[in-house]
Amino acid sequence: MTDVAPRTTLSTLDPDDVPTPEPQARRHRRATGRRAERALFVYTWLVIAWLCTPIAVMIMFGFNNTQGRYNTVWNGFTLKWYGRLFDIPALSDAIINSLILAVLDMLIAGALGTMLGLALGKYRFRGQGVTNLVMFATISSPELVMGASLLSFFVTLGVGLGMVTILIAHVMFSISFVAVIVRSRVITLDPNLEEAARDLGANPFTTFWLVTFPMIFPAVLSGGLLAFALSIDDFVITQFNSGTTITFPLWIWGATRLGLPPQVNVMGTLIFAVGLVIAVANAVVARRRARR
Amino acid sequence: MATLRAKLAPYALVLPAGLWLLLFFVVPMVAMLSLSLQQGDLLEGYQQTWHWRTYTDAISTYDKQIIRSLEYGLITTVAQVVLAFPIGYYIAFKAGRNKSTYLFILLLPFFVSFVLRTISWQFILTDDGMVLSRLKHWGLVAENFHILGTPTAVVFGLTYNYLPFMVLPIYVALERIDPRLMEAARDLYANPVQVFGRVVFPLALPGVFAGVLMTFVPASADYVNSTVLGSSSTTMIGNVVQFQYLSSQNYPTASALSFALMAILLVGIFVYARILGTEDVMTVAAR
Repeated sequence: MTDVAPRTTLSTLDPDDVPTPEPQARRHRRATGRRAERALFVYTWLVIAWLCTPIAVMIMFGFNNTQGRYNTVWNGFTLKWYGRLFDIPALSDAIINSLILAVLDMLIAGALGTMLGLALGKYRFRGQGVTNLVMFATISSPELVMGASLLSFFVTLGVGLGMVTILIAHVMFSISFVAVIVRSRVITLDPNLEEAARDLGANPFTTFWLVTFPMIFPAVLSGGLLAFALSIDDFVITQFNSGTTITFPLWIWGATRLGLPPQVNVMGTLIFAVGLVIAVANAVVARRRARR
Repeated sequence: MATLRAKLAPYALVLPAGLWLLLFFVVPMVAMLSLSLQQGDLLEGYQQTWHWRTYTDAISTYDKQIIRSLEYGLITTVAQVVLAFPIGYYIAFKAGRNKSTYLFILLLPFFVSFVLRTISWQFILTDDGMVLSRLKHWGLVAENFHILGTPTAVVFGLTYNYLPFMVLPIYVALERIDPRLMEAARDLYANPVQVFGRVVFPLALPGVFAGVLMTFVPASADYVNSTVLGSSSTTMIGNVVQFQYLSSQNYPTASALSFALMAILLVGIFVYARILGTEDVMTVAAR
């Protein structure tokens, strides 16, 4: 890394030679500092507002009392779309598909990723470097290339596309994220605890379920939830490997040209709200645990 | 017995996930490379002919789109560094106890589907939409002014969608800077510009590198923004690959382009990491 230049200068200076800044200059400096801080504050909130604009618009138009099939002009407030959420059968099917995929991805990628994270955090083994490299590659490769290569693979094998191929893809790109989260938790564990359990006569299985697992559970949970979120939101890889199966993002994509019905806004709002509640609850629990 | 079991434990734990990644990530990459060198069509089947011309043909046909993608990716990345740095700085040094709240708010957009967010921008920015119709009504822009369909709209969308991926690594790097270093610089009569340029920025560089990696790659391979916010004149290489795979099902050309794109990005990343030092990039990116 860059070495810190001031340190060498510091040692050559006699402390008595360093003049103290005049009070006035210091006051001036503090005033500019405060002004700069306020500017930064305003700027940060402007960008946050920008980030949230499309979400606010989406939520707002879920409450729009639109008459025709176009939901483009504000026409007064209504809750009717929340009641008619499942009025479009194809959209409902797509949402159900998305939920099934997300739950299965959470379970499978959660389990496999947890095992991988445990191995990487607890042991040194042959092939560790390659494993890390492949994980890094799955996290940083463009989705387009991963989706395209998986489709090439399925085409070469002559496999029909559908729920199974989408699930394979989702687990593939979720595993590494779960593993990274679990690994970071495993590294912080005290190995003495497992040893103590073993000394007290627990077999490896008991040790895992009664000692290790409860300690890494918060990480497993966050990893699983992240897998769920990645799955329900995924568009690119899913589009390549879906065949004729439709998920929520794919349905939205197909419907844009005709104009999105308000049900999409409502569904987006609900997913947003549920995600928000889970994330806040997770943060509150984590904070409480940290305080204890 | 117990030692043998302990020795095998890591392999048993890695095996399921490792096999999954091998079978559905590594092997497909090889399958894609192989498919790009085959000739034939869907009905007759494909034959491995090591037909390298597919690459030269595909690249010379779509050179414009490839260059355009890299260009958009580059502009997006630069814009993001400029936009993200002050935010990372604010959260790292000025947000105090609210750090995690700010980070959480920055991640809020991710609770809404990527496609839906982009479509929402399309809705906001259409010619007779909520923004332009008002601006035109007030006479601030010309009647025939439009945003959608222009390169600006695509870069705007890309910048919007990947911005948090730039803010987070920059924040992580800034957060680790010892504030005493900045104090020392100030005490040695560095003015604010010098403190920033000589102390803060160099120490934040690993974060910037990681952020560039995490935004440039997905932005240059994106096709959602260009489809939703762009027009036929903003077609990116992602659009071509997607079209060749899913609509014309011209698999050899499609996989050649996709492989070429990855190769270009990999070479770019490699050179970039070489110049700037791999380890810093990797450690920050891995966080």
